[in-house]
Amino acid sequence: MAEYKPIKKVVSGNYAAAYAALHARVQVVAAYPITPQTSIIEKIAEFIANGEADIQYVPVESEHSAMAACIGASATGARVFTATAAQGLALMHEMLHWASGARLPIVMVNANRALAPPWSVWDEQTDSLSQRDTGWLQFYAENNQEVYDGVLMAFKVAEDKRVSLPAMVIESAFILSHTYDVVEMIPQELVDEFLPPRDPLYTLTDFDNPISVGALATPNDYYEFRYKEAMAMERAKKVIKEVGKEFGERFGRDYSQMIETYRTDDAEIVFMGMGSLMGTVKEAVDLLRKEGYKVGAAKVRWFRPFPKEELYELAKEVPAIAVVDRNFSFGQEGILFNESKGVLFNTDARPLMKDYIVGLGGRDFTVNDVRAIAKDMKKTLEKGRVEEEVVWYHLKR
Amino acid sequence: MEIPESIKKRLTLPAEEHFYAGHTACQGCGASLGLRYVLKAYGRKTIVTIPACCSTIIAGAWPYNTLDAPLFHTAFATTGAVISGIEAGLKAQGYKVKGEDGVMVVGWAGDGGTADIGLQALSGFLERGHDAVYIMYDNEAYMNTGIQRSGSTPYGAWTTNTPGGKRHFLEKRHKKKVIDIVIAHEIPYAATASVAYPEDFIRKLKKAQKTPGPSFIQLFAPCPTGWRSPTDKSIEIARMAVQTAYFPLFEYENGKYKINMPNPKKEPKPIEEFLKLQGRFKYMTKEDIEILQGWVNHEWEKLKKLAEVFG
Repeated sequence: MAEYKPIKKVVSGNYAAAYAALHARVQVVAAYPITPQTSIIEKIAEFIANGEADIQYVPVESEHSAMAACIGASATGARVFTATAAQGLALMHEMLHWASGARLPIVMVNANRALAPPWSVWDEQTDSLSQRDTGWLQFYAENNQEVYDGVLMAFKVAEDKRVSLPAMVIESAFILSHTYDVVEMIPQELVDEFLPPRDPLYTLTDFDNPISVGALATPNDYYEFRYKEAMAMERAKKVIKEVGKEFGERFGRDYSQMIETYRTDDAEIVFMGMGSLMGTVKEAVDLLRKEGYKVGAAKVRWFRPFPKEELYELAKEVPAIAVVDRNFSFGQEGILFNESKGVLFNTDARPLMKDYIVGLGGRDFTVNDVRAIAKDMKKTLEKGRVEEEVVWYHLKR
Repeated sequence: MEIPESIKKRLTLPAEEHFYAGHTACQGCGASLGLRYVLKAYGRKTIVTIPACCSTIIAGAWPYNTLDAPLFHTAFATTGAVISGIEAGLKAQGYKVKGEDGVMVVGWAGDGGTADIGLQALSGFLERGHDAVYIMYDNEAYMNTGIQRSGSTPYGAWTTNTPGGKRHFLEKRHKKKVIDIVIAHEIPYAATASVAYPEDFIRKLKKAQKTPGPSFIQLFAPCPTGWRSPTDKSIEIARMAVQTAYFPLFEYENGKYKINMPNPKKEPKPIEEFLKLQGRFKYMTKEDIEILQGWVNHEWEKLKKLAEVFG
């Protein structure tokens, strides 16, 4: 194994995604432009134009077709990448089921963006969380480094034969997609060692033993297909931890935890959330610690499969969890909050849990906001019960 | 069963079979014949993509497959996009695509999946210039869903959502000219074909195979169930559609039109010859038939002019 000397580049989250796709040696990219994803596919086109990459590039006429073309390409055994955001992801929805149902390890970057109307191009997680039941793995990146690392790991996990499911790497609109930061990139030969060429579960190119994929299944068979997919998703947890650990050993950034915990050991209150807002939360935790608050952070990296076991381990040690949800499920509550409570219901870990709806449509979420949440949670802890379960924190009254 | 060489020599169609008996099509199904011819023409080095349509069922429910060729079932709207992706995936891995020794990438979709929900993906496929063949088998309605009208349903036809009745509620729009929409993309090769003329169809499939870039064939494929016609009349109906010029056979090749009618000098028969064989047209009044005849005449004249000017 060659020695790892990172190549440091100052790049946007989108460029980090494009470089990761390049280094993963993707063979087919089919994509449609949508803000704020566009510079990912533009950068990939540039790689091709400059002779830096040998990629079949399919500039499709819609996101529905983008995913359909990815599916066709992936079914031939190629390594396939695409990217989208918000409305585009919503338009893809039908095909997301088709990709996972056909067990195709396509990797897609989604730039989290609020859904219209009213029109918005800014950050919110509702677009990707609306796809939670499509059978895709979901990794939420906190920063540009995690976008880059996430894409490389996503391919390795998705293509593992124990899994063979598509994976989504999710970055925040503008906060990551268009903000430049130092990213440590991995030399090509080391990426190649970490991520060898795809060895597909099946392909359409075995002409002597032709197969049919996606055929009609009667009620006698359909159920078992879904069970097998469910088990693949369950097995993905083990694969994610293995791959995350290997990534750490090779490149020094350990991703073996599906929930990254930060200063939670003696914490009374833990802020839990996903994506870029967790950077702000970690910053706030350091400040609040100096102010005497016993607080920590728990960043959910992989939302699908959901890290139930890790959540339980965390919840049994912590008296109160404040979930910060940059998303909302109408008629219910924040989605991470909802899922987390559900996991803990039948366990003996029952911290006080409160849901803070923050930053929808790109509304700023700052260290001061975390401080206010800490104060509110402190009161809740003193009372020993949750009165108002869901708080729309930023609301203009 | 092995066919003796002496007989093989006299066959006008390839003897090879890659579409097996035991499929689940209705009796007299034009589409299943069409699919059989496609695989006769291209052999097993063919990747077929089928969206939601009758052929989803005809090809067999899991774990069965009546095609002796790799088959990918996909969502209704996506045939054009999936074959684009398959072609890209093959090329990315160094396969030769199209041509006599290349892999044939075939989209096999019904009229609903082509003229309606799949039109956008078809357009994208055509304009991007992928090396694949798209075949629209045209049975003029959503047959797999239970005979609802599609953009390809002709004027005056009964379907379950344009039923004939006291208030004479029938399809009021003329058949969408998908082939014209396709030709507007200026692709290298497009053609119409009919299951009643298999030699012509296979010749066109072979031509599509040899022509680089996207090819499109609109295949007329009767549906006895949906057309309320006797199951042993499908070929006769398909032949009559051509002979009345309701569905004329022609090719478009690099900007040139060529009509290939079986009897080029004969004037088309009246449309009634086509209509009377099918129950779906029984609600049509005399005026309705005149309206349809007018449309057929107009389209036929247009095609003749095109062949004359751009032949």
